[in-house]
Amino acid sequence: MPPNDAGPDDALAVVSKPVRHDSARLHVSGTAAYIDDIREPQGTLHLAPGLSPATRGRIKTLVLAKVRAAPGVVAVLTAADVPGHNNTSHAFNDDPLIADGAVVFRGQVIFVVVARSRDKARRAARLAHVEIEEETPILTIEDALAADAKVLPDYDFRVGDPAQAIAQAPNQLAGMLRIGGQEHFYLEGQAAFAMPGEAGEMLVHSSTQDPTLLQSVVAGVLAMPNAFVTVETRRMGGAFGGKESQASQTGALAALAAHVTGQPCKLRLDRDDDFIITGKRHDFRADWTVGFDEAGRIAGYDVALNARCGCSVDLSPGVVDRAMFHAANAYHLPAASVLGRRLFTNTVSNTAFRGFGGPQGMLAIERAMDAIAHATGLDPLDVRKANLYRTGADVTPYGMRVEDPDVLAGLIDKLEASSDYRARRAQIAAWNKANPIIKRGLALTPLQFGISFTLIHMNQAGALVHVYEDGSVHLNHGGTEMGQGLFTKVAQVVAEEFGIPLDWVRITATNTAKVPNASPTAASAGSDLNGMAAQVAAREIKTRMIALATEHYRTPADQIHFRDGLVIIGNETIPFPQLAKMCRQNRVQLSHAGFYKTPEIHWDRAARRGKPFLYFAYGAACAEVAIDILTGENRVTRVDILHDAGRSLNPALDIGQIEGGFVQGMGWLTTEELVFDGKGRLSTHAPSTYKIPVASDVPADFRVALLDEPNRAATIYRSKAVGEPPLMLAISVYSAMLDALHSIAPGKQVSLDTPATPERILMAAEAMKSAQ
Amino acid sequence: MREPGMKRDHISFIFRGSRVSLAGFSAHATLLDWLRLDARATGTKEGCAEGDCGACTVVLSRLRDGQLDQRPVNACILLLGQVDGAEILTIEDLAEGSALHPVQQAMVTHHGAQCGFCTPGIVMSLFALQQGAADAVTRPQVETALAGNLCRCTGYRPIVDAAMEACAGPPQDRFAANATERINALATLDDGADLFVGTQTHFFAAPASEDALAALYGAHPDALLLSGATDVGLWITKALQTPPKIIWLGRLHGAFTAVEMGDKTLSLGAGLTLADATAPLTELHPDLKEIVRRFGSAQVRASGTIGGNLANGSPIGDLAPCLIALGAEIELRRGSELRRLPLEAFFIAYKKQDRRPGEYLRRIIIPRPAPDRQFRAFKISKRFDEDISAVLGAFQLGLVGRHVIFARIAFGGMAGTPSRAPMTEMAAIGIDLDDPATWAKALAELANDFAPIDDARASAAYRSLIARNLFLKTLMEISGIPVDITRLSSLEASHAAQ
Repeated sequence: MPPNDAGPDDALAVVSKPVRHDSARLHVSGTAAYIDDIREPQGTLHLAPGLSPATRGRIKTLVLAKVRAAPGVVAVLTAADVPGHNNTSHAFNDDPLIADGAVVFRGQVIFVVVARSRDKARRAARLAHVEIEEETPILTIEDALAADAKVLPDYDFRVGDPAQAIAQAPNQLAGMLRIGGQEHFYLEGQAAFAMPGEAGEMLVHSSTQDPTLLQSVVAGVLAMPNAFVTVETRRMGGAFGGKESQASQTGALAALAAHVTGQPCKLRLDRDDDFIITGKRHDFRADWTVGFDEAGRIAGYDVALNARCGCSVDLSPGVVDRAMFHAANAYHLPAASVLGRRLFTNTVSNTAFRGFGGPQGMLAIERAMDAIAHATGLDPLDVRKANLYRTGADVTPYGMRVEDPDVLAGLIDKLEASSDYRARRAQIAAWNKANPIIKRGLALTPLQFGISFTLIHMNQAGALVHVYEDGSVHLNHGGTEMGQGLFTKVAQVVAEEFGIPLDWVRITATNTAKVPNASPTAASAGSDLNGMAAQVAAREIKTRMIALATEHYRTPADQIHFRDGLVIIGNETIPFPQLAKMCRQNRVQLSHAGFYKTPEIHWDRAARRGKPFLYFAYGAACAEVAIDILTGENRVTRVDILHDAGRSLNPALDIGQIEGGFVQGMGWLTTEELVFDGKGRLSTHAPSTYKIPVASDVPADFRVALLDEPNRAATIYRSKAVGEPPLMLAISVYSAMLDALHSIAPGKQVSLDTPATPERILMAAEAMKSAQ
Repeated sequence: MREPGMKRDHISFIFRGSRVSLAGFSAHATLLDWLRLDARATGTKEGCAEGDCGACTVVLSRLRDGQLDQRPVNACILLLGQVDGAEILTIEDLAEGSALHPVQQAMVTHHGAQCGFCTPGIVMSLFALQQGAADAVTRPQVETALAGNLCRCTGYRPIVDAAMEACAGPPQDRFAANATERINALATLDDGADLFVGTQTHFFAAPASEDALAALYGAHPDALLLSGATDVGLWITKALQTPPKIIWLGRLHGAFTAVEMGDKTLSLGAGLTLADATAPLTELHPDLKEIVRRFGSAQVRASGTIGGNLANGSPIGDLAPCLIALGAEIELRRGSELRRLPLEAFFIAYKKQDRRPGEYLRRIIIPRPAPDRQFRAFKISKRFDEDISAVLGAFQLGLVGRHVIFARIAFGGMAGTPSRAPMTEMAAIGIDLDDPATWAKALAELANDFAPIDDARASAAYRSLIARNLFLKTLMEISGIPVDITRLSSLEASHAAQ
């Protein structure tokens, strides 16, 4: 990494280095333990849920005699067995742990079997006799709009008079874009293992992004104070937002069973059940209208973001808000109306998924950009560039000023040059003229993603650091490890602070008893928040160590440095462990709980004004695709990405997030199709029918680079959050598909919903052929 | 070794370098459950329990012509009984003390793991690739080897890089160094006895000869014949079925697994795995190479057999339409009686085949296309690799000059069985390749041959359009339009050549 930020940070020893994931050796050896790998104590029982066979109605009959009589069954739990609050949603009270009377989606948990083996529990769960008095379900976005069925009231942002601005613009376009949902498909399904303790205590090992939430849900379900419940999470086998709120039910069911039986209880969902029971990325219908001039500049943009929230509120307040926050992506809208509708349907409750609504909001305006280009004949990149935020035109529809629009503009220029965009544009045009069946497309799309939880109080974090007298360091914080490398990054920060080798820092499982009241590891904010909290903790301990050294060696503090496992004290050098031992002997506390809260941010939801984000993460991607217009088959042939991770805490991990996020986004927009049948049954509930990208879907020519400029906001080592933003770089793939289809009938508008499966691409190509 | 009629009441396999013999095991237990629950080897993960994600990949080694044949398999849908006679290698076997195996080390070096859950399976798939590598592997080979391993975190790039580094030539590791000992250990398992574990009403059996099979199946025509378990495994793990009598065909050799390459025909034993059938089918026609390459995944092809694919009767099995278009016949056996019939006649209705009680599919006989015949086969699926076909179209056309005088056309995914397109075939006779106006009538006839259905994979309208366009594409190619104009795959070929 070339140094570009002259200053003391240039001497960094551990931070900014591409060190490997802390569990890398364990991962490749099969010795990294996930929930189902924890050695089971004798008497461990296993759970299997019984699911509703109907989509909407009331449970008329639930006969469980055969279930109870099945071999190995110890208990069968229903809503009546919940001693406390039979709900996993404290805020809205609309997510029953076990359905009680009413059923609101097909696959809802209506009872739970506890048996001596997982196999016995699953077999028994199929023996129930269930009769449900069915009502007509609300299934689609259209059903919900017709019925005015919403989980929460509408919300909107307005700038100027968009109707007038659009009407008075030289050109107008309108469209309706259906944006598909997405299953997380974390490789490790939902799993929890509950161990009952004395006097009602409960320890839950859970694969969750939000141990604090699960702690409070379990406490509510068991009618115990939070202090009796401990949740521990060492690692997740992937999460992507799907284990934020959605881990609560699995964890609480395991805890309920452990409470009722007094024995350790484990629930690991079968993959098909996981698909059916847990929420997904919201599917949207975006209805948009845009007014623009001959240069493609937008005068006004009106978009209604109709989100299918499913059967409960869950995280839809934040998801749809974020879709609205990102409805302008990187573009200045002189006049705008952004409306968010949170629609109720009798389908599984949709939830957080990497990007948290942002991708859907962004996709709609990127779709409009391509429509403008196709209508004006301008290059889509020129239309995009003409609309970017710039000094003087830098206020978002929610009233926040973009302070550094030059970063993205410069990044796009660099990528345009390094991807050879213009020359390839010409080559592709020539190819498409000459080739009747295989059409190519190219697109370069920008990304501007706001970093901070939009719920302001969640922007806080705690960390616990102990230095032992042998110089080894115990690190704990409220963030969770789901593969993104958070534990490694935070350990790098602590090692840097103490000037010790990274492997002296022992990273330990997230545990609600060590760091309380943590926020979920979400919103890309894990490193920003926990890295800062850990730095605060380490600095406090270091300050105490320096104070002792100052006194003992009679050396001023500014002459004491920590480096390479040593402490340099004036002219003397002692090993770090020696100073640690001295501290213990001199009764200096070598433990500290650090705390951090994000400064500057504020948001007034009623006034629709504020600064909800500390900063923006930027990026751009240039994708090239080829489509077969006889079959709709398609390939992504080359992708160039330039992404802004600030001054990266760990370039290897950040590139991993960028590549992985991009490919996940590509899956969302191409092959990953959730199909609900006319009765509300999810018919794609396993990897045999739900297709995430495989190795051959990734372009062989995949060039990823970091911008490597320090964050202008004061973040940990001037890095930027990198978890979610890269997913939206995949919009370039969708846009390139539009470009390829447009070549069939230049000047005509393309109609292509997502996911852009071969089927949708072929049908869009057919429509273009008839438009010729 | 072989002593016909000898019986054995337990399975034997090599695990962690030692011989394990099991008699009292459930016929429905999977290898994965045995590893994780009984052997407490939790490095191998369950991601889907249906053979699609590859997190449970382990390597099975068997003897083949005296050499080690090491294949990746999905432990989640492989029944425990099927490991009889094999050496099982799992993720825990690879490192030697603190020294990682070269595949593991490459994965660490290239940051190939993020959450780590898919990693053991990926390492084992790459280990199998590495063990079989004679030369440095190519990127397409790596992608094909990884098609059955889903990773949701990395985007695969670092994994592919790790594979290219670790599989740069023949393996030089302790598995290669110990090959002789491993071969000797496996040889001791090969006793040629008929395996029968259980009772007359509940059993897992694996006859060692066709005669023994014919006798056993004759006595138990209600038994389930099990080949690779790539479909039956799901009946057990997902539908929770417990078929009481299972006859596994994996220990049969001779005609049942033979490849006979004649001048006029190619004969394939029903017990050949798709992996083993790849070379002869590729030799028959290059389009079949691509169809077989995209068949499931390396794990599925290592277990699944061509006989299983056909006898299962799936309307979307990929081999059937290809073989029907080629005019293949099948040979069935009951007792000592042999019966031959055209493959298309075998498929009576959805999941209903012309197989009498006690009768089993033994051999597939495929006529080689004559020099004046043109063959094309195309698979269309939502995802390119490891996906079930929306439509598979296979076309054999005979030409005199530029006129079509013979047509044999078959589709998968268009009806309840793999089916020919009789109306279209008739209308194709007389097509003039130089006069596309003559194509239209035949293309239009497809609508009279098929009324496909809507499902999660494709709509009826899309299926109909695809069927038509695949025939159109075939005619375009046969009329002389080069494949770099007609096929997306040519883009990759040109890329790979760069």
